[in-house]
Amino acid sequence: MTEVRTLDHVVIRFAGDSGDGMQLTGDRFTADTATFGNDIATLPNFPAEIRAPAGTLPGVSSFQLHFADTDISTPGDTPDVLVAMNPAALRVNIGDVPRGALVIVDTADFTERNLARVGYQTNPLTDGTLDDHQLVALDLTALAVASVKDFGLGRKEAARTKNMFALGLLTWLYGRPAEGTEQFLARKFASRPEIRDSNLAAFRAGNAYGETTEVFAVRYEVPPAPMAAGEYRQVNGNTATAYGLMVAAQKAGMPLFLGSYPITPASDILHELSKHKGHGVLTFQAEDEIAGVAAAIGASYGGHLGVTTTSGPGLALKMEAIGLGVMTELPLVVVDVQRAGPSTGLPTKTEQADLLQAMYGRNGESPVVVLAPQSPTDCFDTAVEAARIAVTYRTPVIMLSDGYLANGSEPWQIPDLAEIAPIEPGFATDTNSRNAAGEPRHHPYQRDPETQVRAWAIPGTAGLEHRIGGLEKSDSGMISYDPANHDRMVRLRRAKVEGIARDIPDLVVDDPSGEARLLLLGWGSTYGPVKTAAKAVRAAGYAVAHTHLRHLNPFPRNLGEVLRAYDRVIVPEMNLGQLATMLRATYLVDVHSYDRVRGLPISSSELAADAIATIEELRA
Amino acid sequence: MTETRSGLAGVPLAVTPLTRKDVTSDAEVRWCPGCGDYAILAAFQGVLPTLGIARENTVVISGIGCASRFPYYVDSYGMHSIHGRAPAIATGLAMTRPDLAVFVVTGDGDALSIGGNHLIHALRRNVNITIMLFNNRIYGLTKGQFSPTSEQGKVTKSSPMGSLEVPFNPLSLAIGAEATFVARAVDSDRAGLTEVLTAAAAHRGASFVEIYQNCPIFNDGAYDAVKGRDSDDSLIRLVHGEPIVFAGGTKGVHRDQRTGELSIVDVATVGLDAIEVHDAHRSDPGLAFALSRLTGPGVVRIAPVGIFRDVDTPAYDDLARAQLETAGRPENPQAAMQSLLRGAETWTVL
Repeated sequence: MTEVRTLDHVVIRFAGDSGDGMQLTGDRFTADTATFGNDIATLPNFPAEIRAPAGTLPGVSSFQLHFADTDISTPGDTPDVLVAMNPAALRVNIGDVPRGALVIVDTADFTERNLARVGYQTNPLTDGTLDDHQLVALDLTALAVASVKDFGLGRKEAARTKNMFALGLLTWLYGRPAEGTEQFLARKFASRPEIRDSNLAAFRAGNAYGETTEVFAVRYEVPPAPMAAGEYRQVNGNTATAYGLMVAAQKAGMPLFLGSYPITPASDILHELSKHKGHGVLTFQAEDEIAGVAAAIGASYGGHLGVTTTSGPGLALKMEAIGLGVMTELPLVVVDVQRAGPSTGLPTKTEQADLLQAMYGRNGESPVVVLAPQSPTDCFDTAVEAARIAVTYRTPVIMLSDGYLANGSEPWQIPDLAEIAPIEPGFATDTNSRNAAGEPRHHPYQRDPETQVRAWAIPGTAGLEHRIGGLEKSDSGMISYDPANHDRMVRLRRAKVEGIARDIPDLVVDDPSGEARLLLLGWGSTYGPVKTAAKAVRAAGYAVAHTHLRHLNPFPRNLGEVLRAYDRVIVPEMNLGQLATMLRATYLVDVHSYDRVRGLPISSSELAADAIATIEELRA
Repeated sequence: MTETRSGLAGVPLAVTPLTRKDVTSDAEVRWCPGCGDYAILAAFQGVLPTLGIARENTVVISGIGCASRFPYYVDSYGMHSIHGRAPAIATGLAMTRPDLAVFVVTGDGDALSIGGNHLIHALRRNVNITIMLFNNRIYGLTKGQFSPTSEQGKVTKSSPMGSLEVPFNPLSLAIGAEATFVARAVDSDRAGLTEVLTAAAAHRGASFVEIYQNCPIFNDGAYDAVKGRDSDDSLIRLVHGEPIVFAGGTKGVHRDQRTGELSIVDVATVGLDAIEVHDAHRSDPGLAFALSRLTGPGVVRIAPVGIFRDVDTPAYDDLARAQLETAGRPENPQAAMQSLLRGAETWTVL
């Protein structure tokens, strides 16, 4: 009888060749774990090459999952379990795996030639390299092939089921429910019965192998995490973004239009929205990034919710058109799923270095609203908020997601649509002025005196015909070269965007003891690591405050007050201090930058250590 | 020919007939004296009321350049956008609003240089828009540099020793980009312009009209050969179903049976039977392309005008909207959205 040991949390990393199906394996383990009731956070990590040469170091793809019986916010700094499907996967990942951790290796590819290819002089499974780890070396490939021998698959296809065998084994080891994956395989391969049945067989064989062999002395369980009552599913950031845009469009009564050009890691939003034509979503795969945003502006001009999705290099290309959105004061939602830059950078790795581009990357005084989601599920709420602001205030809104949020997933309490407020486009239907001859006219830049929001009439509205464009205009919509008018319009456009601060919530600070002298202030996807670091700092007996910005332009109205209330403010960012620069410039507060640009989420343990050192320094 | 859907189908009609005055805006027209744009604007303002469509359902979108001031002068909806991007903006608008007649006004720099990519893709997709390219073979708004249609050797401020570039033939480019309606007119030829613009608006899909437009400041006289008294010898008026003849019927266009190349011949010498009969509706673009090549890359001496090509192919925006219909709209959109959010795999926490 295998002993069952209870753990409060586990971090598993599945690693293999890009062709080994590691992302699918990780996705399924995540889904079954979420269904079981654990809190989860995931970190897919894959190469930009679609199929790097098999068995090589650049071809390694991995998926890390953190699951726990408590509320967690990060995919974990270091894995407790590494599943390595070939020598390259072991070589690339073993450095992250602490002593004592479980390392499960598929030995099938550990030939002298393959080992040499990835730089192993001797076999790490036998030369003592892994003596400090709990090594479980199994020929998973052979076991998988044996389990599917009745299905008449070729050697290659049979070997391909090894990921399902491994998944079955881990499912047993951690006592996960198997029904979800079985149903998934039945759905996914419904049209190819032999593939469906062989994958199911391999999955079950993996499960049974754990049960019947004595390779594992211990199996583990991680009890469900306490979560608010309700119905949950798992969702990643890109899917949540797509859903948020769809819901916002429905709430505004404006059909959704997406103009987009494929780019990693944003393309999945285009893919997701392309599936929902039944919900009236029009998607347009444009000839380039510029056409994507331009078409979205065209759709917005027609009264639809115009959206464009991209990543950093694409945002650079869209900037002139976003400036047109600023000048014409049309709603526009721009989703930038940031990746490591500059230029092509690291397309599949995450970063937060587009903040200053979003803020200042256009010609002229060109203010736009900038928002950032803090977690995969928060992409939904942030997308709704982006659309709300864009429509209500007739302005481009840039939403700064990133690669980590885009592909990472977590449990999502399914929102009740009835609880989401409607969005009011407030289209003009009556003229608001007269021309010199006294005839009624629509003056497109006549504004609400409180909010500076302009009157917006869409084509098809009789009697309100007018022209807008990129040239500076007077209130009437006529071209104006008058210096005083330009000065006034520039200030009005800024005042409109700044005034949105009245319509966003104040910043709330988490400072349980009320005695903190150090504030950790994050934005975007650093939320999880910063929150986890704050917890660790408190667990170590220190007081620390934590807060997080969703609205980056305009800032919440109480931000200056919050910053000045602490002796020290640390701003952790996956860039070289972009938010810190904005905060210093805006509030003259000497915030300290904590910057990491490694293409990965910030390590919460490193940040916690830095915070504790700072607190000690403040005491001294 | 099968019955075709008009380019204006789905656009509401004007309740009371419009006049030229109704489509003339309050804005003072500010082109240089003698600019060909005046004549084009007048022709367009003459055509619009005859289309019968509602003024509020008419939209003119332009890019940047002298021509692109056009929307300000038409009392409809309009947008003066950014350089080269008007076809892309118009694509988004046409896809979302089938009740609008969408016109794009552009120039040789706007459409063929900075916006070349958007032009060819709008044409190949066959978006239901009408593109009017005012070709003056020069950059006017930036004060006189050579454009992508300027003849090689053109001396300008940016090419003091002569331009080195081989010009685009806009119609050849459009036909090569799979355009389904391709036509040409001359700014000063009101009747020809009216006919072509009317047909372009009626064509469902992307209509491309090149308009020879004189720039009196920076490239005056570029089209003198096809204007005025001598134009009979240089202007070839294309009429569907008719032999392609000009110069009072003395000259015609002959097609070499072996190479397919077109040449100008004396009708008296070869006989009328040897003259090519114009077929704008032929699905193969070869003849239209060959006609476009009669105009050489240098100074314009021979120019077919009228409709080169007009074929019926499904419009991209119609197909995109049809996919929405095929997907089927849910009876209760709110419930359908809620169900989408729920997804396939859920669990409940009590």
